[in-house]
Amino acid sequence: MRNYLNIIIAYSIMMLLIILVGIFQSWSIALTIFNYCMISAVMTLGANIQWGYAGLINFGIMGYTALGGLAVVLVSVAPVPEAWSVGGVNMMTCLGIIILMIFSTRYILKNIQKSNKRNYLIAGIIIVGLILIKIIAGPAIEQIEAVDPAKTGFLGGLGLPVLFSWIVGGLFAAGLAFIVGKVALGLRADYLAIATLLIAEIVVSIIKHEDWLARGVKNVIGLKRPAPYEIDLQTSPWFINLVEKFHSTKLDLANSLSERQDILNQLVIDASSVYVKLCFAGMFLVVVIILLIITQKALYSPWGRMMRAIRDNEEAASAMGKNVVKQHLFIFILGSAIVGIAGAMMVTNDGLFTPGSYRPMRYTFVIWVMVIVGGTGNNFGAILGGFVVWFLWVEAAPIALFFINLFTAHLPETNEIKVHLINSAPYFRFLLVGIGLLLIMRFRPQGIIPEKIIKQ
Amino acid sequence: MDLINAVIVLLNYTIIPALTYGSQLAIGAIFVTLIYGILRFANFATGDMMSFGTMFAVLLTYYFQSIGINFGFLPTALLTIPFAIFMMILYMLIIDQTVFKYYRIKKSPPVMLAMVSVGVMFVTQAIIRIIIGPTDRRFLDGEKFILKATEFKEMTGLAEGLTIKSTQMITIVVTIIVVAIMFWFLNKTKTGTSMRAYSDNEDLALLSGIDPKKVVLITWIIAGILATIGGILYGLDKSYRPFVYFNNMLPIFAAAIVGGIGNPYGAFFGGYVIAFAEIFLTYAYKRFLVYILPESLEPNSLMQLLSTDYKFAISFSILVIVLIFRPSGIFEGKRI
Repeated sequence: MRNYLNIIIAYSIMMLLIILVGIFQSWSIALTIFNYCMISAVMTLGANIQWGYAGLINFGIMGYTALGGLAVVLVSVAPVPEAWSVGGVNMMTCLGIIILMIFSTRYILKNIQKSNKRNYLIAGIIIVGLILIKIIAGPAIEQIEAVDPAKTGFLGGLGLPVLFSWIVGGLFAAGLAFIVGKVALGLRADYLAIATLLIAEIVVSIIKHEDWLARGVKNVIGLKRPAPYEIDLQTSPWFINLVEKFHSTKLDLANSLSERQDILNQLVIDASSVYVKLCFAGMFLVVVIILLIITQKALYSPWGRMMRAIRDNEEAASAMGKNVVKQHLFIFILGSAIVGIAGAMMVTNDGLFTPGSYRPMRYTFVIWVMVIVGGTGNNFGAILGGFVVWFLWVEAAPIALFFINLFTAHLPETNEIKVHLINSAPYFRFLLVGIGLLLIMRFRPQGIIPEKIIKQ
Repeated sequence: MDLINAVIVLLNYTIIPALTYGSQLAIGAIFVTLIYGILRFANFATGDMMSFGTMFAVLLTYYFQSIGINFGFLPTALLTIPFAIFMMILYMLIIDQTVFKYYRIKKSPPVMLAMVSVGVMFVTQAIIRIIIGPTDRRFLDGEKFILKATEFKEMTGLAEGLTIKSTQMITIVVTIIVVAIMFWFLNKTKTGTSMRAYSDNEDLALLSGIDPKKVVLITWIIAGILATIGGILYGLDKSYRPFVYFNNMLPIFAAAIVGGIGNPYGAFFGGYVIAFAEIFLTYAYKRFLVYILPESLEPNSLMQLLSTDYKFAISFSILVIVLIFRPSGIFEGKRI
């Protein structure tokens, strides 16, 4: 119990902060923050598996998040039949060519000795394949993008339930991680960081500019939701009754029937958004708890011990007969898949897919700050890091505004410096997060909740 | 005649812009490589440090303009370079003393330092945005063109015009001067040699009486000069926007690694490799081919290998290819 005391205290403080936001700002905002905290927590869990368990530095979190988001579009959006009929065959042929290219390259790699001939053959396959794809896909893409460009202009998805896309998002991310891992995992730590960061940029730029896939920067809006819609709730009698019961004392204070109706309408509108967010919160909580249980079990299993052994001393672990390369690749895929799930969760929560918003600042570096601040190698720490840093990231502006007003209270309203500072309040989040990271790294490099090794 | 026209087209739309962009990347890449070679970490605050120096140049340019100082036909920003460099070095030294020094003395692994530089990146970005805001700013004044397309056409009687912007000329000339001085400094002076020795083998360097404090100090000073000048040149040529500078860090890293990280010559070369690849692969060759091919073979399409949207992706792909086949870069890396 003593061991868990600091964890319990840290989490209680965090919950208290979110409840305070609920009381002082609004419950809707508090729940939004809570949901995003949980999404961040899942991302942090993924990054923590890579960094905390195995010491692999992955700055490509943005790319996996974006792929997870793409999965939501590809799974849940209804297919666009016109687009399929004009370009479907060609695009499928291209997919076939890509698969053929991969297998023929594999075949050559396996069956021909390492030589110049092999290199030329592979280069030839790639060049011929790319030219074929360009010829076949070019006109098809134009036709697909011409199908009602204001609304669709893309192939659409499969029209399946949206929750299914969370798993697909994980699989997509795992696939990318497999390729990245094969390419980059042999590199030294800081090279790996740069390489993953840049590969993620490539992935995002492809998603951004291939409009036939997911409309690119034109965004996909109105995605399906696993939760009820506010509009439906506001018209369904059971929900109105529920709100009425919940707020009966407040409603009784109303003077007239029309006033009572007005108050009730307002309450129903507020409550519907809270209800929807609660639904999301419930689903996210389930995901977080499942992942937490799995990762906790894994961490203290023989496999987890092996990973830590590899992290702490690669050569010794390798001498003991552990396949370091294979395990690194495996854990890289695992962590990335979790990040992919988080990406899918986020897009589901927002209800829209905006490839233009995937930027390394928000989706790679902030997540890394969460991992470091929370506690590397400790899953509870990682989740807490997600909560703390996201909370700071969102609430930094109001906090900064409060302090600016406090310190410049003696200055007149029109004072140039004061106006300038108030206008730049949103940027204090960078300052807060940056200084937070620097302080943690200096004075508590193991994070708020440090890694715990259970001796057996 | 057609051949000359074709060459002019290439010169105008690919070679000169690529040389300019390459020079800007090269200065940044040398900055990255220097920090990596001597201080031994990948500095993720690169873009923001360049942005920080440029910010002072922008502010001072506005100030100079308001009190009526200008630099004739050259941009006023060139006058502000020394002041901006001074502020930049001051900032870097403060950061070094308060942040990086602790980890250097503790001999933390490079990853730790890289992570710390992420913290520095956040803080620098915050300071920049609080002081100057995130908006797009142009601070170029003076003569805009050295050679205008119409003038060139009149002069030579060719169908194609050649435009040379003054910023392009300034970028290339300043880069040559700065890089030449820096290579001379690294190779011919005693301090430069001690820096190279420190980069090659820290223990041996310490044994032979090289003062590590001095090496670090000089490194930050050179880094400050490079970061500021690189940033100002980019800002003059395009425009100053903090977010763009942060993003520029990525091709700069690519350039440094492609050239062989830790090796300034490689970084210099890598900058141009990246720039030329980006521009040559995204340029639409139709106009060029119309001149050199017989009429029957004239292309219908744009003859563009990749859309310009993939500019950044190209440099990153080059990096990935280099990392797979030659992880130490084109030139042997990790040396100075």
